[in-house]
Amino acid sequence: MKPSYELLIIGAGPAGMSAACEAARNGVAVCVIDDQPEPGGQIYRNASRATDKQNQVLGKDYQQGKNLVDDFKSYGGEYYANASVWHVDANNQVGVIKAGKNYFISAKNLVIASGAQERAMPIPGWQLPGVMYAGAGQILFKGSGIVPTGELVLAGTGPLLLLLASQYLHAGVKIKAILDTTPKGRIVKSLDKLFSGVQGYEYLIKGASLLRHIKAAKVPYYKHVEGLCAVGVERVEKVSFASATKAGRKVANISLDVDTLLLHQGIIPNTRLARAAQCETTWDAQQSCWIVATNEYGLCRQNTYVVGDAARVMGAVASRIQGRLCGLHVAQSLTKVDSHSWQVWHKDLLKKLRKENAIRPFLDAVYQPADAYLIPQQDDVIVCRCEEVTLSDIQDAVRLGCQGPNQVKSYTRCGMGPCQGTQCSNTLSHIVAKQSNMPMAQVGELRVRSPLSPITLGQIADL
Amino acid sequence: MQYDVIVIGGGMVGAATAYGLAKQGQKVLVLDGEDLTLSASKANFGLVWVQGKGWDHAPYAQWCQIATNLWPELSDELKATQVDISYQRRGGFDFCINEQEWQERESMMSALWKNTDGMFEYEMLNHSKLKKMIPEISKSVIGASFSPQDGHVDPLALLQALCKAMQNLGVTYMGNCLVEAITPTHGEYVVKGAKGVFTAGKIVLCAGLANGQLGEQLGMNIPVVAERGQVLITERLKPFLKWPTLNVRQTAQGTVQIGDSHEDVGLNDGTTPEVLKQIAQRAVLMFPLLSSVHLVRAWGGLRILTPDGNPIYQQSTSNPGVFSVTCHSGVTLAAAHAGPLCDWILGDSYLPVIEQFSMDRFDV
Amino acid sequence: MFKVLDDNHEFDTQISFDGKDHLVPSNITVAAAALLIGVKSIRETPVTGAKRMPLCMMGVCYECLMKIDGVGNQRSCQTLVRQGMVIERQIGATEVEAEYYEA
Repeated sequence: MKPSYELLIIGAGPAGMSAACEAARNGVAVCVIDDQPEPGGQIYRNASRATDKQNQVLGKDYQQGKNLVDDFKSYGGEYYANASVWHVDANNQVGVIKAGKNYFISAKNLVIASGAQERAMPIPGWQLPGVMYAGAGQILFKGSGIVPTGELVLAGTGPLLLLLASQYLHAGVKIKAILDTTPKGRIVKSLDKLFSGVQGYEYLIKGASLLRHIKAAKVPYYKHVEGLCAVGVERVEKVSFASATKAGRKVANISLDVDTLLLHQGIIPNTRLARAAQCETTWDAQQSCWIVATNEYGLCRQNTYVVGDAARVMGAVASRIQGRLCGLHVAQSLTKVDSHSWQVWHKDLLKKLRKENAIRPFLDAVYQPADAYLIPQQDDVIVCRCEEVTLSDIQDAVRLGCQGPNQVKSYTRCGMGPCQGTQCSNTLSHIVAKQSNMPMAQVGELRVRSPLSPITLGQIADL
Repeated sequence: MQYDVIVIGGGMVGAATAYGLAKQGQKVLVLDGEDLTLSASKANFGLVWVQGKGWDHAPYAQWCQIATNLWPELSDELKATQVDISYQRRGGFDFCINEQEWQERESMMSALWKNTDGMFEYEMLNHSKLKKMIPEISKSVIGASFSPQDGHVDPLALLQALCKAMQNLGVTYMGNCLVEAITPTHGEYVVKGAKGVFTAGKIVLCAGLANGQLGEQLGMNIPVVAERGQVLITERLKPFLKWPTLNVRQTAQGTVQIGDSHEDVGLNDGTTPEVLKQIAQRAVLMFPLLSSVHLVRAWGGLRILTPDGNPIYQQSTSNPGVFSVTCHSGVTLAAAHAGPLCDWILGDSYLPVIEQFSMDRFDV
Repeated sequence: MFKVLDDNHEFDTQISFDGKDHLVPSNITVAAAALLIGVKSIRETPVTGAKRMPLCMMGVCYECLMKIDGVGNQRSCQTLVRQGMVIERQIGATEVEAEYYEA
């Protein structure tokens, strides 16, 4: 790794790879850092090495990733796998750990493409062995080719849950039940958003076909599930819920034996790196998460970009387009693109991006998580899994007069563990907001500080 | 709403003072800042410490003796809050890594001993004596000063315990209430804050670095500047270090806190890789076993520095009833702030040493 | 409670898990190997000793911390298995040994 680059890109997912290819094609000297062993991000994880079986199960959208990964592998710039970023700051200085050694990189232009993460789903028992995120189920199949056996239940809301269910069915994995927590009436309520979404009708067709597939497989499908709990002592044994609708009929107090429970409440931008770089975030009520303030090229401030799902959840296809836009913008800012080409190319990409994003308001509205799954409903539910801090611990601290999440952290250790609040920060802010009757934008979130990924004292001492 | 005293600032200094005032039957209101308002209380190291403090200023040395001797009592009182503050007073070390440090330390310790009329207890330990007490210490550490009077506490738990204890005594605590103006009216003071207007006969400024600008409104020129210290904290380790040291201590949770940097960077409480590196180097030099240990967090905190580093306890001459309590080491001094300092604020018979901390000393 | 879907996968990498040897496919993560082997937990928390298993599999949740080749608190979902790798459950806080470092 060199001490400085014209363009440093963090993340080799759809946005990062596309930005790299576009910038390099226009003559920019690029370096890409990624913490996975292979390029692809989560969505195209392992895409270039997938077996026929994996490709067959994961479908066309996943296979499309292979072209991009292959392009990226010969894109002409530098690429470092298994390299994790532990420090980023407002001056585009980046600290990277690779093979136990620290490197400091000064980036003339910095692109943060750190992708998305699962939204936490703090239900009773979600910390038990046997409970994982649905995304983890998909990652396990993409990366390691493994699937659950035994009693499997999928619970939550969002397109990924249905996609995973359909992929598992293709793979011959038996699903005991799907517990859909999407609240009643969401689709009807969200129809007004569909007008703008007409351009994204392929997504609606896709969604409908997933549902048809699940229905045809006769997987028991519970809708409007409320009061979901994972129950067990040393691991999850049962999943229970207070009420739901099944085949049009109300059901109550159901308990199902389960070996693996996969949860999903949608995905949210992983804004840690962006915030460490002092990029501004704002609360997005529709997506129910913090998003990074950028323009359509992903620019946050001069020479610093946040693109793709890392800024705002937009999906792989939009991320690819925005990545290209961003790479082109960097090239243009370095005067490597003539103004005519810039005009033509960027307008074309912008048009594609806007078309791709047209469906988002509808999807966001339908799959907005219910409050009951954002804020725990029982006192003893664990919010901070690392430090084992419960809802009532946090409520006690707020009652004592805590001004906001950072003060609650001081009093309760919520967010102080190894994950540094990636799993609990939003839940914490939601609880504070509700209890002190403040809007999320005012409550804010836990502050981000280095190290952003594991580093030892010896490695820092050796900088 | 009418109060006897309004304490401005709900950090370690304000909370201890408010708690002490409430113990004496005062009706107290604490106005505190916002979630991300600069706060040394949330960034400090948790030492209850006398070593080195006041070696060049006898009143401060004596004041620290008073505070640390009152600490066990404060710790007992706070047990009622059921917040475990993990207070321990087993003694503490300050290491020397070369002969020059050792010489300087020795003369500093002896000056401190003189300044306290022999109340300060300490011992200089060479490497082999030190190694017997701390087997994990490296050869690079040639020796250490040790004082059995030193100890440590979980500073965040302490802040919480004080906050709880004062509210149990009837103190009104109001967060997110930055103070906009303080005006004297008819022998009282009207405080305009983000959450309303409040009146009291006495005002105690405990707002740390903000004391400068708050004091200005009341004709007090409180000289205070920020000094940044960066702190590292590791993953939880099984217990290995029984005693706190000036720059490395193992907390009750098992994490290891490492710090002691000094930078003049204004009101910037961020961290920088260069300083983190220096701190880590020194820690690994002293405790090689820390080399493979993961860092979990790092932060910057701003010390509240007066021109000579010693506290300022000052009543306004133009606005009697307005007091400034401006100092670093709010943890060590918490027991003094909750006790003898409140006697002074309330005008009772008080320890004469407190008068040594007036701003008059800067005029000389 | 997990299996390899593709029958063609070769179980050619030998790892030791809490003292027992296992054969697992190459190119999978340590966390995936733990799920495949069917262990009941991969760590016990330093706070209450509660048993945990991986949650996110993408490196952000730190639930999958394990002791890998002697080094504690490693994210097992970010680490690929290697021939002869020694994997242990992370029981509570990390233990540091002074003797090891004292030359």
